[in-house]
Amino acid sequence: MSTSSASSGQAVAITRTTLMKDLRMEWRSKDAINSMLFFALLVVVIFSFAFNPTAEQSRQIAGGLIWVAFLFAAVVALNQTWARELRNQVLDAYRVSPAPPNALFLAKTIGNFLFVVVLECLMTPLFVIFYELRSIGPVWQLIVVALLGTWALVVNGTFFAALSIRTRSREIMLPLILFPISIPALLAMVDATTSILTGEASPDFWMKLLAVYDIVFTSICLLLFDTVLNAE
Amino acid sequence: MIVTAPSSPPVIVLENLVKFFGRFAAIRGISDSFAPSRLYVVLGDNGAGKSTLLRIVAGLLEPSQGSCTLLGARKAGEVAHRVGYMGHAPLLYDELSGVENLRYFAGLYGIHDDDVGRKAMLMVGLDPDLARRVGQYSQGMRQRLSLARAVLHDPELMLLDEPFSNVDVHSARDMAAVLGRVRDQGKTIFVVTHQAQLMESVADEFVHMAAGQIVRREPTLRMDALLATEVRTTR
Repeated sequence: MSTSSASSGQAVAITRTTLMKDLRMEWRSKDAINSMLFFALLVVVIFSFAFNPTAEQSRQIAGGLIWVAFLFAAVVALNQTWARELRNQVLDAYRVSPAPPNALFLAKTIGNFLFVVVLECLMTPLFVIFYELRSIGPVWQLIVVALLGTWALVVNGTFFAALSIRTRSREIMLPLILFPISIPALLAMVDATTSILTGEASPDFWMKLLAVYDIVFTSICLLLFDTVLNAE
Repeated sequence: MIVTAPSSPPVIVLENLVKFFGRFAAIRGISDSFAPSRLYVVLGDNGAGKSTLLRIVAGLLEPSQGSCTLLGARKAGEVAHRVGYMGHAPLLYDELSGVENLRYFAGLYGIHDDDVGRKAMLMVGLDPDLARRVGQYSQGMRQRLSLARAVLHDPELMLLDEPFSNVDVHSARDMAAVLGRVRDQGKTIFVVTHQAQLMESVADEFVHMAAGQIVRREPTLRMDALLATEVRTTR
């Protein structure tokens, strides 16, 4: 086996180990999922009281509404991503180990992605019930947009949460940095979702934009994470 | 005890090491070297720069000036698998049990054998079958587990920052004896501590720091120096 394939195999193993550790800790504490659920539930219920829309109106506004709920709920979870690593300075134990920084970043990102996807699975039936949502476009396209959009949110969110861990007001810093840089992705998510729900336009352009956004920002985050992790 | 040849290259070489935090110089131009297979006890008042020095050597802090060569490498990351670090904080996850913590950290070093973690726990006097989460451990138990985490990949060089803090005297003596045995296996150990007497029987050299500099190195602990340190810390 070549050195590079051995080290990439090692990185995959460390990513898996770190991911399993994070999932186990979340399963025990349920900190992230509970706070996300509570927040998303509030958005769904309050907006349904405020608007009481018809099925047609729902299709028009649901794209924005769904992603507002998921975006703000995700930020709540993202803020907690690194909190566990800061408690007892556990991050130092990772930094002094030979484990590659990107394995930690990928594990955290995949973990956050899974948490938000679980939230989306739990919240979707509520959206359907509260807003009488019926998609005119194909549902599989909604699933693809949800996955691409969620990845766009969590990959940047995980990165910027790491960037802001050493700042005093990190809870405020994360949305301040994350939202402006996520505008292209948010635009693509909302427009693609609305296009699919109403069936009035093709979501292809927005889906391609999301895919490109994901690739570009995942690459940038992976390239820069080492510097962020070891910044003083 | 393993006796190393006089020509053995030093494990740590510090060259004009300086570290600033803002305008405050925590380390002020340290140039020194340390031979392998020895147990060094680093002493000094609070703020003398002991922990900062250890963090620079471990690669957790970048020096502002100068260099630190560790096991022949200019970057600590290149020899990370040969170095064990124990910090002020326990560096453990409160939500996991002792074995789960060690299993995870062993994985970072490519070790996937549960026995390694269990042996490390036994070595520091902890029961590997203890299902309790680390958040429910006493401070002393956390320190022991933290030491087990630092040594579980069998490093050549161990950097231990206050390993005896919050540990009762009896347990601390046991831990000091463990460190002595580990040194006898050919490992190099740096222990930053305020409890110098605990290490008197096992230490090879006492390194005294003050105001960001190494002011004295001696093979035995001079009681006058120790008393002076104690008087200063209790004032």
